[in-house]
Amino acid sequence: MTRPMTTPSSRGSDMAVDEVVAAGRPSSRGVFLTRHLPIGAAIVLALFAVPFFAPADLANALTRILALALLAVSLDLLVGVSGLPSLGHAAPFGVGAYAAGITAKEVTPFAPVPLLAAVVAGAVLSVLVGLVVVRTKGTYLLMLTLAVAELVHVLAGRWTAVTGGTNGLVGIPAMTLVPGGEPVRLAGIRYWYVLAVALLFFVLLVVVSRSAFGRSLRGIRDNEQRMSSLGYSTFRVKFTVFVIAGAVAGAAGSLYVVQSRFVSPTDLGFEVSALALLAVVIGGRGSLWGAVLGTALVFYLRDEIGPLLGGRGGLLMGAVFIAAVYLLPRGFAGIRVPRRFHRRQEAS
Amino acid sequence: MTAVLECTGITKRFGQLAAVDDVTLTIDRGARHALIGPNGAGKSTLFNLLAGTLRPTSGRIVLDGRDVTGKSDAWRSRAGLAKTFQHSSLFQSLSVADNVAIAAQRVSGDGLRLRRSARSCPDVDRCVDRCLQQTGLSERSGSRVSDLSHGERRQLEVAVALATEPTLLLLDEPTAGMSAAESDRFAHLVESLPKEVTVLLIEHDLDVVFRLASRISVLHLGRLLADGPPADIRADEQVQAAYLGTGATEELFLPAVGT
Repeated sequence: MTRPMTTPSSRGSDMAVDEVVAAGRPSSRGVFLTRHLPIGAAIVLALFAVPFFAPADLANALTRILALALLAVSLDLLVGVSGLPSLGHAAPFGVGAYAAGITAKEVTPFAPVPLLAAVVAGAVLSVLVGLVVVRTKGTYLLMLTLAVAELVHVLAGRWTAVTGGTNGLVGIPAMTLVPGGEPVRLAGIRYWYVLAVALLFFVLLVVVSRSAFGRSLRGIRDNEQRMSSLGYSTFRVKFTVFVIAGAVAGAAGSLYVVQSRFVSPTDLGFEVSALALLAVVIGGRGSLWGAVLGTALVFYLRDEIGPLLGGRGGLLMGAVFIAAVYLLPRGFAGIRVPRRFHRRQEAS
Repeated sequence: MTAVLECTGITKRFGQLAAVDDVTLTIDRGARHALIGPNGAGKSTLFNLLAGTLRPTSGRIVLDGRDVTGKSDAWRSRAGLAKTFQHSSLFQSLSVADNVAIAAQRVSGDGLRLRRSARSCPDVDRCVDRCLQQTGLSERSGSRVSDLSHGERRQLEVAVALATEPTLLLLDEPTAGMSAAESDRFAHLVESLPKEVTVLLIEHDLDVVFRLASRISVLHLGRLLADGPPADIRADEQVQAAYLGTGATEELFLPAVGT
């Protein structure tokens, strides 16, 4: 945005300046109501309508993508909003999945209970891990989170009594929507449940990102040293967001289990962490909704296109990643031709 | 007059080199105190010792009656010490208003709150408006930091510092790299700061120093060479020698421009 030269006679251009400046802050709520809300509502409606016209296969695929999208969005809160790169976000996801699966098996398959267990498990793991790793930054943080996730991965494979070892956790019952009620076997209903919970947590993450705390997170991302010289305990800020992201990743894990009814150590392995990070980068760091699109693309490529290429899916993924970095440096979220057009109209 | 900051015998050694050597300095409440000295005099080291980014080898620093010698810069900031850095240290991707709001919400305690929307903190918004107005940035509130000029960034640094409601404001070479016009505007900004805020100015530009300072301390080779009102400093032969070596040094301190 350039600052127009104001000649004394041009009252008109003065007013234009005021409008442009006003667009910077207070009217973001206006933009939200007029532009973001209708688009968001339309997308939610379209997603809601999927089971009415699509086959169960598609609903199942979308259910899985929604769960993984929630994982990616929670990772985006860490990586994109707060500048804390994690290569181990599959750990709280997987621990949440195990917690949900075990709770469904041993306690009750009534949906909110495994969900809550997963959230708590993801949060507890993140508290323990966060106390250590959040004190580091950049590459060190990346390596430490990776190391912790690998530890959890190995543990999941070895602790056979609890996790079922490398065979995975089997025999997870189908969820119920009333305590002791009928198990849900319809793909459509399962999809709606996952959609509703994923949306709930997505909205929660958006609220966090737009809150005063979210502004502190961006401050940490931009200039952590300045934050501490302004009197912030940067550890507290980073630790809090780490735990929030871990809790939501745990919730995502429980949604994943609702559909697959199976957890194995692979679900908290390096590949899941890496693909989630890939989804965030392709989607555009810091936008949250971009990560949803990124997930859809990444997992569509892996699960649908990859098998057609006879084991060369990784190659395609690599090519897409390189293309995304060069062609969309700010991801899907960075594409905003219509908006720029709008602004030009206002200014003229 | 009471002291806002008292340093007693502070020394900072880097190996054999004593960058700051046994400096004892008192900054009075409401003062416009300037710290000057030739290159390598230890000004920046002293600044970092006061700001809390370095720990002194020995000596004591007392801020508002509290010993802060071993405290972190974050702790000192919460105790009312604000600073601007020699190289702008701002939040590049955020708007001007958000930069100030980050400082303001730390003070109001909203910085860790999840339920408070960033768009509805009345205390924070009021503080942001006030600080931007004081520093002449009101009409730039929606701009990104990356779109600001060098001078405007320095103004924003001050706005951010003011938003922490400081009792003592440290300015580290604020006019470095500024044009004459920008320097002049900046000096005007410092003059217009509220009187309750004590200012310690570390500065190269002697015109700015003599225009603003109510008291001047001169640092040379890590030691405090002179400390007193501007008129005394101007007449001090030791100071003149330190700045230009012995020789014709009158012009440097001539009361020429605007003083």
